[in-house]
Amino acid sequence: MVTSPPKIEVRDLRLAYGHKEVLHGVSFAVPSHEIFGIIGPAQSAKTSLLRCLNRTIEFTPHIHVSGSIRVDGQDVRRVPDVYELRRKIGMVAPLPVGLPLSIYDNVAFAPRCAGLTNRQELEARVEKCLRQAALWDEVKDRLDTLGTKLSGGQQQRLTIARALSHEPEILCLDEFSIAIDPVTTMRIEDVLKELRREITIILVTNLTQQARRLADRTMFLWNGEVVELDRTEVMFSDSPKDRRTYDYVQGNFG
Amino acid sequence: MQPFQETPFSRRKRRNERLAQVVLGGMALAMVIPLLLIVGYLMFKGAPLISLSFLLSNPTHGMREGGLWSALLGTIYLVVMALLVAAPIGVLCAVYLNEYARDNWLTRLIHLAVINLAGVPSIVHALFGLGAFVLFAGLGRSILAASLTLAIMTLPVIIASTKEALASVPMSFREACWNVGASRWQTIWKVVLPNSISGILTGVILQVSRTAGETAPIMFTGAVFFKKIEAGNPFAYALTDQCMALSMHLYTVTTQVTNAPEALPYAIALVLVGAVLAVNATAIWLRSRLRSRKKW
Amino acid sequence: MSPAAFASSRPRRHRPAYQRVIERLVEGVIRACGASAILFVFGIFFFVFREAAPLLGKLDWHQVLFSQEWYPTSRANVRYGVGALIVGTLSVTGLSMLLAVPFGVGAAVFVSEFCTGRVKETLKVLIELLAAIPSIVWGFIGLSVMNQVIQALFPAPVGLNLLNAAILLALMSVPIMVSIGEDALKAVPDSYREAALALGVTRWQLVYRVLLPAARNGLLAAVLLGVGRAIGETMAVLMATGHAVNIPHSLFDPIRTLTATIAAELGETSVGSDHYRMLFVIGVMLFTITFIVNLLADLAVRGVRKR
Repeated sequence: MVTSPPKIEVRDLRLAYGHKEVLHGVSFAVPSHEIFGIIGPAQSAKTSLLRCLNRTIEFTPHIHVSGSIRVDGQDVRRVPDVYELRRKIGMVAPLPVGLPLSIYDNVAFAPRCAGLTNRQELEARVEKCLRQAALWDEVKDRLDTLGTKLSGGQQQRLTIARALSHEPEILCLDEFSIAIDPVTTMRIEDVLKELRREITIILVTNLTQQARRLADRTMFLWNGEVVELDRTEVMFSDSPKDRRTYDYVQGNFG
Repeated sequence: MQPFQETPFSRRKRRNERLAQVVLGGMALAMVIPLLLIVGYLMFKGAPLISLSFLLSNPTHGMREGGLWSALLGTIYLVVMALLVAAPIGVLCAVYLNEYARDNWLTRLIHLAVINLAGVPSIVHALFGLGAFVLFAGLGRSILAASLTLAIMTLPVIIASTKEALASVPMSFREACWNVGASRWQTIWKVVLPNSISGILTGVILQVSRTAGETAPIMFTGAVFFKKIEAGNPFAYALTDQCMALSMHLYTVTTQVTNAPEALPYAIALVLVGAVLAVNATAIWLRSRLRSRKKW
Repeated sequence: MSPAAFASSRPRRHRPAYQRVIERLVEGVIRACGASAILFVFGIFFFVFREAAPLLGKLDWHQVLFSQEWYPTSRANVRYGVGALIVGTLSVTGLSMLLAVPFGVGAAVFVSEFCTGRVKETLKVLIELLAAIPSIVWGFIGLSVMNQVIQALFPAPVGLNLLNAAILLALMSVPIMVSIGEDALKAVPDSYREAALALGVTRWQLVYRVLLPAARNGLLAAVLLGVGRAIGETMAVLMATGHAVNIPHSLFDPIRTLTATIAAELGETSVGSDHYRMLFVIGVMLFTITFIVNLLADLAVRGVRKR
């Protein structure tokens, strides 16, 4: 860990909507092939943090960002091509979003936007991603139906397949399980365990037990500040450094 | 004692409720009835005159006899030309406002401009068309100058209806596209426009068809009382010609022509109202059909 | 698949350069179209003002604004007093709003709160169709139908007068009031309705105690947009007012408006004459008045959004 540079390095990140600051100087680093858990109650700016990573925060008016975010050692605000950056980072939103396109086109959307036109390559990519998201067996015979016609759990896996379709090196999951049932959640968690061999995963979750099951290290974010960041075993032990961490993971508040 | 017993107060409340319903409903009906009365009365008075030959032959005998081919064709020319000019500009302006514009002074200025453009009286548009297109640009009084004037007049309503159609595409679709590295334009082209195009088109048709009835903006920019063209030939006008128009023709026949047959203005009004309402009703019907067949 | 497939230094695919160039071009065109709206508004003001400008310095403004003497074609005694025309415009607009506002707001409340499903959709469609009737047809109705109706019902010598035009204008401006007013009522959060209904109030009490105050600004905007529409209306008032330069003393007096004057006289003037330029001066006045009215309406609407 000391030898290889961190995949993501965030230093003193501050974010304000208008005059209201929501992230007050957040710093952390994530090495390659780690599952990095972020837990915290609602309104603690977890989603905003992710949106800073791939710079989609810029679509929100009146925001002000300071501090630095480096991906592979490069400052995200100085990348030559922002679309390239976004392709490097796969993003899965809390609520499943099936684009109103066919299942096939949903997954082929990102590679096509990136300029991939070869049909065989596209088909191979679509199949690979749908398999990775544990959806292939359910939809392989109806790839031309609308993505929006799938059930919620299927749509969420479709969203994950789409996030993998541009071969990201980092996968960010933002409370991916709030709209799906526990069985599907477990299947996706198995998928994540597989994927971590290849990519770095940031797992934002409001289910503390999910972080406990999956994450190597966990960060507790509260009101836009890092309360504690440590190995998951420590965070969920009886003696984390901060009393608030103990209370939160034990369900005493938040 | 029974539960929920009536008291004098609750009885009065209920009576007021009834009264409000009847009065307000009557107010709504008071607007619907004139529409039906007008269309019905125009039909009653004008329908006997209407036939295919009435539509396809030129007015004769100082516009007291014959049909309204030259006016009908002129209106079609004006509306189609206005559509061709206004639809692309209006739709793209709406795309800018809804998809690109950030909240800054330029956007606020454009917003303000659109609102005021919508409020400019039609006769001021006429003055503008005369000053800018007829005189300054040297187009003369022509179909071109008149339809450009109409196009600018209809622009704000096209922008408004297109913006509404674009805004009906959920924000989450755009975010999903941005997250996988699609550029703004790729997002618009592949996801936003395909899912709003039906709404955009019905809106544009709805709004542009209404310019068919405009009179003031074309009076001084290209419409004339009378022009002789070849009957039945749909290409009889050149864009640099002046033309007749249904709305202008109705004005002329009612105010300038003496001894016109009583049914004639009713028939012209019926053709004009019928055409506009038919296109409008079709567009509204299409719009509601498409809304119910949404993909999400 | 091996982890090597995801090595961080793997070359990534780029879109072909021509696609990026095309994208830039398209975005440029979109931006230009966005900005064109500003250009058009300035263009309208510029070209109308340009034709009016040579006369502006020569006018006796006190006479123009307050005199009732409109003798633009007189040889010896040219007078450009638009006082009567302004009063005409204001009176017909005011009277039409007196008629239209209760009906417009009432109908908006009825459509938004008292009916549902098919009835609501049908009413909305019919009101939208009412808005589609061209102003020239309204004018024709005023000239041929309302004229006789008014003569039959009231002791008026002619039916082409203030009342006739005001009724037409009311019917013309009501649809826009209903649609904007309904939007304003729709913008009131449903939680207000539920909270009030849970307290046991009737729908009518809900409307006038809760909804009307909450939607105040939106309804004000609806009324202002109706006013703007009524001030700018041309053909209907040209045909139905009787078109006489006159300060009205009763509902049955004929009047003349600013808009109708331009429409009626512009065709008879020669380009560049004082009379021609005076009509453009009236155009500048109309542009300014409607500009202010629409600005106020926009401020009212934005007041709604802020809350």
